[in-house]
Order: sequence, then structure tokens, then C-alpha cells
Amino acid sequence: MSFFLNYKMVKANELAKQQREISISEFFAKNRHLLGFDNPSKALLTTIKEAVDNALDACEEAKILPDIFVEIKQVKEERYVAIIEDNGPGIVRAQVPKIFGKLLYGSKFHRLRMSRGQQGIGISAAAMYGQLTTGKGVNITSKIGPNYAAHYFSLHIDTQKNDPVITVDKEVDWSLKDHGTRIELELEAKYQKGKRGVSEYLRQTALANPHSKISYKGPEEQLVTYPRVINELPKEAKEIKPHPYGVELGVLIKMLQSTKASSLSGCLQSDFSRVSAKVADEIITKAKLRAKSRPKTIARKEAESLYEAIQKVKIIAPPTNCLSPIGEEGIIKSLKKEFDAEFFAACTRPPSVYRGNPFIIEAGIAYGGSIEKDGLATIMRFANKVPLLYQAGGCAVTKGALDVAWRGYGLGQSKGALPQGPLVIFVHIASVWVPFTSESKEAVAHYPEIMKDIKLAIQECGRKLGIHIRNVVRAREQKQKAGLFEGYIRELSNTLSELSGNEKGEIEEGLKHFLEKKLPLINGEKI
Amino acid sequence: MSDVKKALMMFGKKLVEQIRKKDNPTVTLPVRSISNVKFNRKTGTLELGNSMANRQFFNTAHSKKFLQTIEVANVSKKLAEINKTTSLRDVFYQVKRTIPGTKINVVDEQTETDKAIEDLELITGFSREQLHINANKNGSIAGNVIIEDKGDAINWSKLGSGGWSIPSNVENITFKKVDAKYVLYMEKAAVWERLHEDRYWEKNNCIIVSSQGQTTRGIRRLLQRLAEEHKLPIYVLTDYDPWGFYIYSVIKYGSISLAHIAGKMAIPQVRFLGIRSSDIERYGLQKHFIKLNDKDISRIKQIAEYDWFKDNKPWQKEFKQMRKFKAKAEIQALSARGITFISEKYLPEKIKNKDWIE
Repeated sequence: MSFFLNYKMVKANELAKQQREISISEFFAKNRHLLGFDNPSKALLTTIKEAVDNALDACEEAKILPDIFVEIKQVKEERYVAIIEDNGPGIVRAQVPKIFGKLLYGSKFHRLRMSRGQQGIGISAAAMYGQLTTGKGVNITSKIGPNYAAHYFSLHIDTQKNDPVITVDKEVDWSLKDHGTRIELELEAKYQKGKRGVSEYLRQTALANPHSKISYKGPEEQLVTYPRVINELPKEAKEIKPHPYGVELGVLIKMLQSTKASSLSGCLQSDFSRVSAKVADEIITKAKLRAKSRPKTIARKEAESLYEAIQKVKIIAPPTNCLSPIGEEGIIKSLKKEFDAEFFAACTRPPSVYRGNPFIIEAGIAYGGSIEKDGLATIMRFANKVPLLYQAGGCAVTKGALDVAWRGYGLGQSKGALPQGPLVIFVHIASVWVPFTSESKEAVAHYPEIMKDIKLAIQECGRKLGIHIRNVVRAREQKQKAGLFEGYIRELSNTLSELSGNEKGEIEEGLKHFLEKKLPLINGEKI
Repeated sequence: MSDVKKALMMFGKKLVEQIRKKDNPTVTLPVRSISNVKFNRKTGTLELGNSMANRQFFNTAHSKKFLQTIEVANVSKKLAEINKTTSLRDVFYQVKRTIPGTKINVVDEQTETDKAIEDLELITGFSREQLHINANKNGSIAGNVIIEDKGDAINWSKLGSGGWSIPSNVENITFKKVDAKYVLYMEKAAVWERLHEDRYWEKNNCIIVSSQGQTTRGIRRLLQRLAEEHKLPIYVLTDYDPWGFYIYSVIKYGSISLAHIAGKMAIPQVRFLGIRSSDIERYGLQKHFIKLNDKDISRIKQIAEYDWFKDNKPWQKEFKQMRKFKAKAEIQALSARGITFISEKYLPEKIKNKDWIE
């Protein structure tokens, strides 16, 4: 996504050249599971994910409020067409074939190469998968502005050369849109409904992106629209250079190789954040290297001592303007749109750092109303505004929610379980590098710093919920008390009338008067 | 209109008056707990102090008790109207019902109406029996005595193995013949049966009385009348435990929860015969000791602190000794020395040797 570090793009072309040597179909076949195409139902979800993530990124980069439409049509058994349409900036004609018909092109490619927590390889992988399973290519319509003609392409990938083969290239009329992109792709797939399906993915994507409008039409399903609830783009995430603490040895070596700086000291200062001349000096001295050395000549062993020296030097935390949280208002508005609940709360924690990587944890809760009352709370996890639908059990977010003592907030909770009751828990981690537990990128790793903030964010929401629950319980008790007195009044009026020989009506009226007018004053309640 | 009915109606009308004034209906009652019970050294009985408590209808902690008080007052008033008497159990059932539209019962346990009736005694100044409510008859009595009850002559020496059961209200019986030198009251019915089978009352020219556990008002009043009207000494025989000691205390001084009627019930000249620490040693009852539990120990401490025992040296000695033994024993422990040991040796010797404390 846009707020990820651009440092991952360093020397993109060089790396891409190296990649070209590998047979693309072989690479794809070997890495299918890493890329999210391990089975037909996941392949469909990954295709939609890639396209929607791209669309959201493109819109945000072009400062356009996203309006995304997704449709899935069934062609025959295990064969579907996926259509994803956005109102993004469009793609210039020359770039279209490369983006869709060339594997490992564009920013996502680098992220994958550098194993940096991104969602997948990119839309071209989906095109590749479609082609391998159906023999059909991908169709793209793109328009870059109201005064431009829309272009329609049909293209294949030459799997030997990793090059697009254009079969159709024509201008078409697309006057419905000023700008945008439409992708149409046929693939072998299984359509899954429910918790891990496309519709849930889009529903949650809409929740984490309150500035977006997302419409979805599944096969044989009604069109569902998630309206935009915030008419403002999220705060733009600034690009930052890597913080020395967050760089692994392998990455460090590559950075030394590809730097534009001519000295080691210059490289450290210009390619990393928070490294001043003084800090660079300190690192180099500790590593027993020379400041003037050419970075490209630093051998592996020296790089290792440089890496160790970095860990020993005190360096201030990285800047946090590289993060773009959803914000408390956005979370609450999103939850209100999606849940007919009686209580909402949200908390965006201040930025924090783990291993040199800044991150922000946000949490939100919706409680009561028409949310399912029986059973346990539902937890929704997001990493960089992307829903995580798999591996909930191994995720730090789930652990954080389990570790919170919900009983203190008036909810039931069995040992080691989520709280009971009509509750939805929303947790978002935004980071330049979200640490996942595995390549499939569905569960956040249990770093203590991250765990701590997840708990704090949920607790903050929980405290507010606790106050609400106590108030509701108190109001209910007061109502019960009044009901209780009403019963007692009827009985007392009868008996006291018999005992005293006075009129029952008079007694009952007097008692009711006291209940309604005087008792609330005694109890200090508002009438 | 009977005085009782008038008093009950007035009680109701006072509450209606409060309701008319838009007040929270309130019944003011003396506090009936140890904090408000005084020991009157002159009369040698317990009496209620001046602490009062308000029972308010519009107070969730009181509402139910308040309603119960009015309910029993109404039952009593209806009984007064037809001049009939009913049992505590009957009152409970007349009041018991679920309030419509709720899950609340006006009463759940008989102890609640029993308490409400005691409160009503304090409110009206009439005793339970005057309010037309009786407890079940309880206990047994035997001896060379003839009484008259509702026109029937009853000879306490000719009632077979069961003896005469003592009714809740003994105000209206008259003593026709009383041929006895003393009255022996015992806590245990089983011990009474032993003595009765052994014709102890005949051989020793006395009256034997028992209850089942706590001494009822009827028994206490009967003992009091025998003591006052016939100047008979009253001896008490209980288990060797704090609960037995308190039975003696209630008969002698009155009970804490019924301090308002202590004057009518207390018998200051009552003597405690046993079982005492000295008996334990003399008759070797240690073999039959039962270890004191925590509740027993805290009860001894409580009793020892009561005003009416605090300065009583023989009693303080008893309490101290029991705490030293850390054990209690039942009257029946004496049976280990032979089943007639109690009637043929223990009791005659104790009385002959004036071996009692007061």
C-alpha cells in the first residue's frame, strides 16, 4: 500500500533484470502457495484482494475518494469471471500491458522479493493464474481523464519470456466514468460464502476504509453497497528510509551494494533514517571499519560487524509520519454503518516502535443492539487496512483480546476464551512492516511491544464499554425496582384497606404518588 | 369491639394517615438485638433498651418485611373478629402467596411470619396468644399434679408413657393439686423418657418437664407459674455445651430476641444442676467428650460476655473450664455408667448435696 517504504524499490530495475532469467511459469508453480493461490477458493479471494488493494492504493495516491465495484459471475462449475472496477487515475496506455501481463512488475514485486509483509505478488499473478487454469487472458479497460479515450486491451502472458502478448487493443466508449480501470478475468475457482469468502472480505475492507464506497455483486446474489462514511482521504503516509534497527543483515548487504553514496558514512546517513554524522561515526568505530570505505567494497564479514555495531548504538526512534491510521472517528463511523449496535467506542494508540519499525494499533468495539447475543464476541483483524480472514488462533490480535479481563467491564468470560455477549472487536495494526507469523500473511506475530499496544487499545475501549454496561444495568435495576414496588403497592393497598377499614383506592393512590414523585427525589434520581 | 381488634385497626389507620400526608409509610420498632438488650439487675431479667429502628415501605431492604407485618396484623384482626385462635403455621399459609406479575412471594419461610408476629407484639403491646396465635404444643410433663384446662381435669401422673403435652397458652389452666418438692426441667426428651420409665417423679416427689431443644414460651410460662404460684424450686439439666448453657440463660433471664416479654417469662430463682465441669471429673465423662468446633468456641466467648454472666464467678469458672477441656458432652454420657445411673444416683445425689449453680 502507499504508505509502505519506498526503500523497497531501490534498484528495482536491476533486480527485475535478474528475475527475467527465471521461467515465469516455473516460478509461479513453485510459489503458488506463497502467492495465495493454493486452492480454488483462496485463488478467487486472492484475485479480488490484489485488484481491490491496487485500486485503493491507486485512488489514494491520486487523492481520489475510492469507488469500487466488484462482481463475480459463474461461467460453469468451478469457473468464474471476476470483474473489478474503480474510479482511480487509470493507467497510461503504454503501462497497461506491463502491469497486467508481466509478472514481477511494479512495487508489489519488490515487496515480495524483499519479503516485506505485503499481500501478494500483484494483479499479474492473478492474470497468470487465470491463464494457467482457463487458457484465457485478462481484459482491461482504462481511462485517465474525461478528455481522453478509454482503452480496451485483451492480453496473454508469454510464460517463457514473461512478456505480455496483446490480442486486442482498441479505443472504446466509456463515458460513464471520467477515469478509472476495469479488470475482467476468468479463472478456475470455488465460490465460498461466509467468514472467509469474498463478500466478508469486502465487507471488512469497507470497514477499514471508511473513505471508500464498495459495491459487490456475487453470483446469484443481490448487489450490496457499503457506502462511504467519511468524505476525506486518510492522512497521507510519508515515505521514510529504513531505521537501522529494522534492517536485517541480508537487507543491509543489499543496501550497501546498491547505494548511491560513495562512502560508508555517507551511505548510513543518506539511506537510513535517524542516522546523523555522529551516529554514523559511532557505528563505524564500533564495527572497526573506515568511514571513507566505498560501500560496495564492504565484505560480508564486515557487513556482519556493521550489523552488530548498529544494535549496540543508541539511535532515536524512527519518525512516525509514515503511518496512516484509520482514526477513532473513522472506526466509529464504519462500525455504525455496519452494525446496528447500542454502543460504540474506538481508540487509536500513539505510534510505537518494535525492532526499529514504527506501528500504530487501533481498536474499536460495537456492543448490543442487534448483534448476536448468544455465544462469544466476534473479532475482526486488520493489517494496514486489509482484513485478515485466516489463522485467527495464531494471531497476536486474538491473543491480545483474550488477555483482556473482560469481566471487569461487565461481560462474561471463560478462562482462555473471548468474552460472551453481543460484541464485535475491531483491531487494526498499521506499520511500515507488519510482522506476520508466516508467508501467507494472515496472523500478526507476537512481539511484546505490539502485544502491549493491542491490549491497551482494547482495554481503552473496554473501559468505556464497562461504564456503559454499568449504566444500562443500573437503569434496568431501577426499572425493576419500580416494578417491584408496584407489585408491593397492590398487595399493601388490599391488606391495609382490610386492616384499617379505609378505602383501598385512596391508599393505592397515595402510595403510587410517593413512588412516582417522592421516591426518585430520595434516591437522587432524575425524574 | 375487642381491645385487640381496636389496637390492630388503629395500627392500620396510623399508616393510612402517613400515606395521606404523602409520607413514606413507616413502622417504628425497638431494635431487637443484643445491642439493645439490657440486663436489669434489680429484677434479674432482660429488658429492651430505647434504640428504635424504622421499617419503611419504600425501601427495597424493608418493603417485604413491612408488607409481612401488615399481613399478619390483618390475619390477627380477622381472628379477633371471630374469636378463634390459629397456629403459627396457619398464619404462614394465610399470608403466603406470590405477588401477581412478579416472582416474589410475600413470605418464603415460616420464620418470617413468626418474626412478624413478634414485631406485632411490640407494636400492639399484646402477646402472641392474645393476638389469637398459638405455637404448637411442645414437650412433656409428668408428676403428682392435677390441673383443669377448659373444664377438663387432667392428672399428670396418669398419662401413660407420653405425659402431658404443654400447649402454647397456659394462662387459662388452673392447678387443682400440686404435690411436688421441686421441678426438674431437661433439654432432652430422651432423658425425660428415661426418668419417666424409671418413675423418677414418683420416687422423688417432683415434676419432670422436657422440651425438644429450645424451651417454648408455653413451657417457660408453665415453669414460671409453678415457681411463683407454688413456690417450687426449678432445676435445669442440659447438655454440657454452650447451647445448653444458653437454654438455662433463657429460662432464668429471658431471651434476647424476645426481651420484650422477658418480664413475663423469666424465672430468676432457676438453678443449673448440670451437666457441669465438676460432674465431668467426678463421673469420668472425659471418655465421652466431643471436641468443640469453632462455632462452639465463639458461642462460649459470646455468652461469657453477656452482662448477666459477666460478674457471675461460678459461671465464668464453667466457661473457662470448658474452654480448657476444649470439649463438650451430652447428658446421655451418664448412661455409660448404667441406664438408671442418672435416675438412681446422679440426680438424687446432686439435689441432696445442693450441687448446683445459679
